[in-house]
Amino acid sequence: MLYALCFLLFMIGLYCAAVKKNMVKIVIGIMVMEYAVNLFLIMLGYRLGGMAPIIDKSHLESEAVFAQFLNSAVDPLPQALVLTSIVISLGSLALMISICIRMYEKYGTFDITEIRRLRG
Amino acid sequence: MTMPLPVFIVIPLVTAFLLPIFGKKGKAVATVLANVATISLLVLAVLSIGQSRVYEVGKWPIPLGINLVLDGLSSLLLLVISVVSAAAMLFSARYMEQYTAKAKYLTLFLLMVAGMNGVVLSGDIFNLFVFLEIASISSYALVGFGGEHEELEASFKYMVLGSIASIFVLFAVALVYGNTGSLNMAYISKAIQSSGLNVGLTFALTLFVVGFGLKAALVPFHAWLPDAHPSAPAPISAMLSGVLIKTLGIYALARMIFNVFGISVSIGWLLVTLGIVSMVAGAFLAIGQWDLKRLMAYSSISQIGYVVLGIGLGGLIIARGGNLAWASLAILGGLFHLVNHAVYKALLFLTSGSVQMSTGTRQLKQMGGLAEKLPVTRATCTIASASIVGIPPFSGFWSKLILVVAAVQAHFYWIAAIIVFVSLCTLIMYLKVQRYVFLGELPENLQQIKENRGTMLVAMVFLACLCVLMGLLVLMPVLKSNILEPAVEVLKEGLLYADRVISMVEKV
Amino acid sequence: MKGMTIIVKTVSSWVKMLIFLFGIYIIISGHLTPGGGFAGGVILASSYVLLMLAFGREFVEENLSLPLASKLDCLGAFAFALIALLGFVFGGTFFVNFLVGKYGQPLELLSAGTIPLSNIAIGLKVGASLFLVILTLSTCCKDFKPGTPFDGKE
Repeated sequence: MLYALCFLLFMIGLYCAAVKKNMVKIVIGIMVMEYAVNLFLIMLGYRLGGMAPIIDKSHLESEAVFAQFLNSAVDPLPQALVLTSIVISLGSLALMISICIRMYEKYGTFDITEIRRLRG
Repeated sequence: MTMPLPVFIVIPLVTAFLLPIFGKKGKAVATVLANVATISLLVLAVLSIGQSRVYEVGKWPIPLGINLVLDGLSSLLLLVISVVSAAAMLFSARYMEQYTAKAKYLTLFLLMVAGMNGVVLSGDIFNLFVFLEIASISSYALVGFGGEHEELEASFKYMVLGSIASIFVLFAVALVYGNTGSLNMAYISKAIQSSGLNVGLTFALTLFVVGFGLKAALVPFHAWLPDAHPSAPAPISAMLSGVLIKTLGIYALARMIFNVFGISVSIGWLLVTLGIVSMVAGAFLAIGQWDLKRLMAYSSISQIGYVVLGIGLGGLIIARGGNLAWASLAILGGLFHLVNHAVYKALLFLTSGSVQMSTGTRQLKQMGGLAEKLPVTRATCTIASASIVGIPPFSGFWSKLILVVAAVQAHFYWIAAIIVFVSLCTLIMYLKVQRYVFLGELPENLQQIKENRGTMLVAMVFLACLCVLMGLLVLMPVLKSNILEPAVEVLKEGLLYADRVISMVEKV
Repeated sequence: MKGMTIIVKTVSSWVKMLIFLFGIYIIISGHLTPGGGFAGGVILASSYVLLMLAFGREFVEENLSLPLASKLDCLGAFAFALIALLGFVFGGTFFVNFLVGKYGQPLELLSAGTIPLSNIAIGLKVGASLFLVILTLSTCCKDFKPGTPFDGKE
């Protein structure tokens, strides 16, 4: 059920990136899509009633406590994947915004229907 | 000679970060260092032909850690990447003097090469996504390098479509992880073999096809390519059209479909259909173009259709349970066409860059009669055009012949007819190029141009020699069995990839 | 880019040091608590962004100029590559953690081998990179006049 909401957010981002005419709104649409995918990736690791997968000294005292920790911790692998994905989308966003700014300086407008020198 | 596999990724990455230290005053030193890096990658790629190894990074055992896998397909693609990048780097030593920020160009170029090497060597799907993004983001920046109106517009269009493709790929990776619980390609393949494809995995496969198909510029996802490839500087066009769309698109697609998910009849037909539509649409759209590089970009779309058709046909025959010899012939044709197209399309874009540097224009109607002014450019361009059309004894003839023979043997006569028809269209478009650029009247404003000197000539002649000699790759059995056959074997054995990787790891 | 009022300038010149220190704390204890190199690097860069907003871009550019930030960026990347290569030299495989178990007990600050060193290298690189990006993006449109041709069409 929550996965369906995530997919709805992805579709909203895709609609925004495909239909809008202002360049900055297209970039925002792409960013919304990336948020949706990161959210989906984190939700994959969730375990109902779980807790954060961080060990501290109280967990290493005995076997029973450690086994209970392992049974109730959420999956830490998607968190590492999402961290990498956020870094990559940061680089991509920086590049997109700088190209938008350059295009505004050259063409004087943010509207992509007026930026159509290449055709055919 | 065994060397650790990360060296293919570390050498360009470290050199890319070394170069900005030299700044504006040390541009010559920076150029020499970059060329040394690409030529050393070429030497290393030649030395690692025919080996297959698995390298675990950080000594973490798989599936806990990331592994790098070198098998036949990876070594073939590494060879192609390093040949084209060495030639393009040599060419850009002289060509990029026209642009102001050359040190940043070299950094971005080496980052793109490092990303592509990472995609080819990776054995883990999230690692593949990370390197895919590194290569893609560097190429977005390189397409818009000049900073003029058209280049920025082309770069923006390419960047939006490419980002959407990458997000689709990440979504598919997330779905695969959610359904199988592992990120390593060998383990995913074993999990899919034991549990079969459910709805989530089928959706993930569709997203992979869309995402990688957009990176490979298959029709109907090709809308970015005719704008991006002409606007980029010429060596970048050569790299983009020669290796980037093949590594990020076709290699990743083939690896996913053949080795991880397993080929089936519907996927085979999908690949064959995409291939045929790309071939025909690219050829028709290319004939009516009057801009030199835009024509070559459309013909890239058409030739990539050949490669996907070959690989799809082989997969279809395997999935139907047909004769495996026919399937391996079809895959051999597709992969050999990939190698050929990398070399001669890179050469064509480099010659168009040389023409543009001499005459200052890309429009076919403003050129003419350049044959006596630019002799070396004319000779290499003619060799490349003859290869792409398929005139014997150049390399393009052999790969098209293998594809036609494979289609006829497997009783797909209509596919063979379409291949011959599209070859005729390719002949028309390159005759047009030759007539308008090199033959005919020389306009008055171009009377004073001279031939380009130096490293540009070396790069073009090197690739032209390769065009001529590449036919030997299929004719001489020793070269064929060492370079091309292992790649075909990897794709043909399909799901046995997982067993091989796991057994290679446990041996070490 | 002009600066802001005197109240903002005074307060931000105290707060920037706290933000910088917090960023360094997140980087160094990256192997014990959430965070690590990237998050700490972003916080380091944001302390400079606060300075840029409060005092104006030219002040910050004199303080930490573009070529110096670029060299810090490359230094961070080299440190990371060096740690990976040292793993190859000492341990036999690329990127292996060759210092684990030698210094300190687990769950202390000084433990876990090469992970804190990698975190420091990444934090330096990310902080310098983000600072460069924001400084460069704010250089454009110096002569922006409000009321120019785009009028909110979507």
